[in-house]
Amino acid sequence: MENRPLEYDYTVAKMFMLTTVLLGAVGMLIGVILASEMAFPGVNTMLGSLGLNEFTNFSRLRPLHTDSVIFGFTLSGIFATWYYVGQRVLKVSMAESKLLMFLGKMHFFLYVLVVAAAVVSLFMGITSSKEYAEFEWPIDIAVVVVWVTWGLGIFGLIGIRRERSLYISIWYYIATFLGIAMLYLFNNMEIPTILATSPAGETGIGAWYHSVSMYSGTNDALVQWWYGHNAVAFGFTVPIVAMIYYFLPKESGQAVYSYKLSLLSFWGLMFVYLWAGGHHLLFSTVPDWMQTMGSVFSVVLILPSWGSAINMLLTMKGEWQQVATSPLIKFMVLASTFYMFSTLEGPIQAIKSVNAIAHFTDWIVGHVHDGTLGWVGFMIMAALFHMAPRVFKRELYSKSLMGTQFWIQTLGVVLYFTSMWIAGITQGMMWRAHDEYGNLAYSFIDTVTALHPYYTIRAVGGLLYLIGFFMFAYNIYKTMTSGRRVEESELQSASPMAA
Amino acid sequence: MDIFQLQGYAYFGLVTLMVVVLYSYIYHLYSSEKKGTKDFEKYGNMALNDEIDDTPVEKISKDEKK
Repeated sequence: MENRPLEYDYTVAKMFMLTTVLLGAVGMLIGVILASEMAFPGVNTMLGSLGLNEFTNFSRLRPLHTDSVIFGFTLSGIFATWYYVGQRVLKVSMAESKLLMFLGKMHFFLYVLVVAAAVVSLFMGITSSKEYAEFEWPIDIAVVVVWVTWGLGIFGLIGIRRERSLYISIWYYIATFLGIAMLYLFNNMEIPTILATSPAGETGIGAWYHSVSMYSGTNDALVQWWYGHNAVAFGFTVPIVAMIYYFLPKESGQAVYSYKLSLLSFWGLMFVYLWAGGHHLLFSTVPDWMQTMGSVFSVVLILPSWGSAINMLLTMKGEWQQVATSPLIKFMVLASTFYMFSTLEGPIQAIKSVNAIAHFTDWIVGHVHDGTLGWVGFMIMAALFHMAPRVFKRELYSKSLMGTQFWIQTLGVVLYFTSMWIAGITQGMMWRAHDEYGNLAYSFIDTVTALHPYYTIRAVGGLLYLIGFFMFAYNIYKTMTSGRRVEESELQSASPMAA
Repeated sequence: MDIFQLQGYAYFGLVTLMVVVLYSYIYHLYSSEKKGTKDFEKYGNMALNDEIDDTPVEKISKDEKK
């Protein structure tokens, strides 16, 4: 025991890999149910005979979908990759510090408790009704504890590192930690209603767990969308960029094309992203200059986003044959491409004249999903595929299954966003159409009828992506249980995979 | 000058300052590499040579003393 050579310890990484797969499957399944409800309203009451309508209707399930894919699937993926990448690029093992190991495990178990509390409370319909910030105050406090535990782990590991410089991915993980900490705290400033007094003098209002936001009216909207948009920044962009900066070079055996460009894009992203949230409030009651600022910064945001994405594509320079031969590289190159696509589409939607058509339509939903399914989902699955042979010391179970999954999911994403483009623009145009006297040309139900085919296509696209996700889960499970055992020497760059 | 005007000027000033800082950083990245004081591209190898017994790109000084 004493003489065993030092190895990286992936105990905590494995735990979070498990929740990534489980919560991803749950979140995406709920997503497909919701998409079916939009296309076929009868699905809302599918369990009506059991008296369970309350739990299957759109409004009850919607926050469960968004929160389980954001705070379940994506966050678990971020944590799993941190406990893997962090050790490797800092060249220090979790096994070297009992304290860090304890913090890592505590981080995981507290996280699972918070997830359980969030799922139960949202199913019961308990919500603060702020989008992506639905958790009530007791859960918010628990979230802060989980987050601080993760932070202690991050800075603890950095503190005992052997490598002096922090690899670019570490910068992105640190930014994720600090960004979300700041956003979460400020947006969830709330007062338990039981402590408040109404204008009429009533006290002790509502249940003990209910709360109201500390901000009101336009201010609340501003803080909410500063949070909402930057949750996309620091949950869906920054940590996923951290992943691709490590996993693509490692899997392809090519060092990042330009390290300088990676540093520049990092600071560019940090500088620009925080100002762009105002584009969610165009044509609302916030000051006009703030709306213009949101638009302008959104357009500028193309530069740092494309800086990272192009850097990744150029990393493959001279090695493009790997895209054809390795499904794992395919996932990452397509993720990077979807990142470019999504970060061009977003700024276009943030231009005021485009937003006049796009706002509140399904085009926005399409935009979110080409980013999350194409970029976030693909990159997290690719990261887990790369990690699996290294943490389980086994060959990936099936290359052909991975290839099939890639094409099924790509088709799913394409069906999803193309149908939402058409639906969104149709919707936007129909809402605006009027006759020569200014009377609206269509009533709301006319738009619903027109959109039905696209809602059906979207549900099919989502279903294809979900099927692919189950293939991914199966492949990881089989790798863990019955993949061929591999030697350390096989794990240098390209991941070993059975045909 | 009322508060809103002041906010406007302060905002413009801040943006200008940050643009200057960002461009100075680009200049710093390229000029320090040209002068040979720093080689940023070697840090890319941190992802490739990441076994626990690989030699770090830059060792931390307290390790060197040991």
